[in-house]
Amino acid sequence: MADAKFEALLRLGDNALILGHRVSEWCGHAPVLEEDIALANTALDLLGQTNLWLEYAGEVEGKGRSADDLAFLRDAWDFRNVLLVELPNGDFGQTIMRQYLFDQFNLLNLRALTESKDTRIAEIAEKAAKEAAYHVERSRGTVVGLGDGTQESHARMQEALNLLYPYALELFITDEVDDEMAEAGVFPDPKSLEDAYLVAVAATLQEATLDLPEAHFGHRGSGKDGRMHTEHLGHILTQMQWLQRAYPGQTW
Amino acid sequence: MSKEWPLWEIFIRGQHGLSHRHVGSLHAPDAETAIMNARDVYTRRNEGVSIWVVEARHITATAPGDKGPIFEPSESKIYRHPTFYDIPEDVGHM
Amino acid sequence: MYAQMVKSTGKGVKTLDEMEPEERAFQEKVDADIRIEPRDWMPEGYRKTLIRQIGQHAHSEIVGQLPEGNWITRAPTLERKMILLAKVQDEAGHGLYLYCAAETLGVSRDEMTEMLLSGKMKYSSIFNYPTLTWADIGAVGWLVDGAAIMNQVPLQRTSYGPYSRAMVRICKEESFHQRQGYDIMMKMAQGSEAQKRMAQDALNRFWYPSLMMFGPSDANSVHSEQSMAWKIKINSNDELRQKFVDQTVPQAEYLGLTVPDDTLAWNEDKGGYDFAEPDWDEFFDVLKGAGPVNHDRLEARRKAWDDGAWVREGLLAHAEKKRSAKVAAE
Ligand SMILES: [Fe+2]
Ligand SMILES: [Fe+2]
Ligand SMILES: [Fe+2]
Repeated sequence: MADAKFEALLRLGDNALILGHRVSEWCGHAPVLEEDIALANTALDLLGQTNLWLEYAGEVEGKGRSADDLAFLRDAWDFRNVLLVELPNGDFGQTIMRQYLFDQFNLLNLRALTESKDTRIAEIAEKAAKEAAYHVERSRGTVVGLGDGTQESHARMQEALNLLYPYALELFITDEVDDEMAEAGVFPDPKSLEDAYLVAVAATLQEATLDLPEAHFGHRGSGKDGRMHTEHLGHILTQMQWLQRAYPGQTW
Repeated sequence: MSKEWPLWEIFIRGQHGLSHRHVGSLHAPDAETAIMNARDVYTRRNEGVSIWVVEARHITATAPGDKGPIFEPSESKIYRHPTFYDIPEDVGHM
Repeated sequence: MYAQMVKSTGKGVKTLDEMEPEERAFQEKVDADIRIEPRDWMPEGYRKTLIRQIGQHAHSEIVGQLPEGNWITRAPTLERKMILLAKVQDEAGHGLYLYCAAETLGVSRDEMTEMLLSGKMKYSSIFNYPTLTWADIGAVGWLVDGAAIMNQVPLQRTSYGPYSRAMVRICKEESFHQRQGYDIMMKMAQGSEAQKRMAQDALNRFWYPSLMMFGPSDANSVHSEQSMAWKIKINSNDELRQKFVDQTVPQAEYLGLTVPDDTLAWNEDKGGYDFAEPDWDEFFDVLKGAGPVNHDRLEARRKAWDDGAWVREGLLAHAEKKRSAKVAAE
């Protein structure tokens, strides 16, 4: 049980960490100042959530690892995030589509987690769900605006969707960790969120005048258990972990 | 040059039953986005609970206030506040 | 400062008696510390100088995101990452407030952006220096924000209402910027040998560029004289630079770091430090575009602007469609 809970917490923490990292890459480079500031807020929320999830993961593991130890001293195969969040930012449309596809899941997941039998998880989820609700509002509105906007913005958003949607489906893959946690009432079964997710996404895409591509997540391994990642993750980590690796054990 | 997003004036109500006050402006394509932008730009330190946005061209006469907005301490982003950093007294004022 | 070398009318300051009634009334208001608001009458030179000054200040905040943004993805801990991101985000906010203040003078943000990208408007020389190590992030917060604050605090009392209000907001937000930088420097200076070396190296590289932020001596500048009469400049460049050195040297000593100036000495008579002037030829070179990263900075801003065009257009087109649909429905 402790092992499964540790794994499940890493999934939450790593998704938030890697996506937060990606979004933070926009700082200073967004299409308009207001958007620059908004993206930074999203990244800050995600990094804040990372801290809470990984801190608790370290406690559950019981080996004295801090959130920083987990973030900065694990290698790629020990990361438990889905592939979606490690994909490069691409153009702004790709970033926002990725954000929406994740936010929509994150919100449903966090809301379910507020009912967790683990009160610590429920508390963190309570706070994080409020942030995620705003993230959805924002990324959804932008997906709709750009999907419906000009011919060019529509084409770019459709392209982003075609690329990213198969990756989003990884969010609903289930394994033994999910089963064990769902049975214990600690985490929701990802499958139980899928219908609500698909309904919400379909409504958004309709408003955005975008077409849902025929797709499925075809990889046999998943980032959720570390058996699969893209090559991008390693490069994210070489940046993120650079100082901790080059100057081990220092105080910063 | 493409057309610029309209300018909006932002009014925010602080948490203690004050009336909305003008805090500044920003650009947004429409009112809904203006509200979201206002939240992101002008309430980063928990400065308010309610936001009004008015497209600047709809304002007939304006006399913005002179004391600046009220800053409520942020609950979760304490690192934005100077007291978060322990600077020894010997260092002097910072 | 963030607005270095801003040219005003280029003419000497008029006396009240030389002024037409409108201008005289304007100047008397300024003298009495009454704020000038967007709809009030103002001399054309005042308006134009303010656009240049506020615009330059705004551009500096935006370009200033880049050297620090360079380390967000490499910050050494989760907390440092959040602090740095929040700090750089604040700078974007400062740029936004300042552009809005300039917009009240009849120039649009897009126009100002195009002037920045075409090189017609400048930004502070300091942001044309690279951040090479993590200690540079400490040094930028400590020295660059420290120098900026020195200039911005008095500007809260500047004569132009929207500018003054933007400065009030900015100064409140700035208060944590310098401290987080110094906090990084303390950790480095008390850390391992490598960290100490990094900290000293950062101070070595950022000391003189920080002194340049105040601009060359303007003791005999007609532009400064006019700007001071208009209260859009409050202190002379030398005055602020002296204040900055006097404040910063003890802070460096506390860190156990050495200010890279052999001539630095306390001068009992003037109650301040004597110090070496920065290399002003370098300053003018960097301002003209010859700094190590000038090209990178402008290129990054140009890319953000060009690549973002379809986003700005797309969202506007959607807003317009919604508006006309609503009108049609009514
Ligand atoms: Fe700054
Ligand atoms: Fe600033
Ligand atoms: Fe700052």
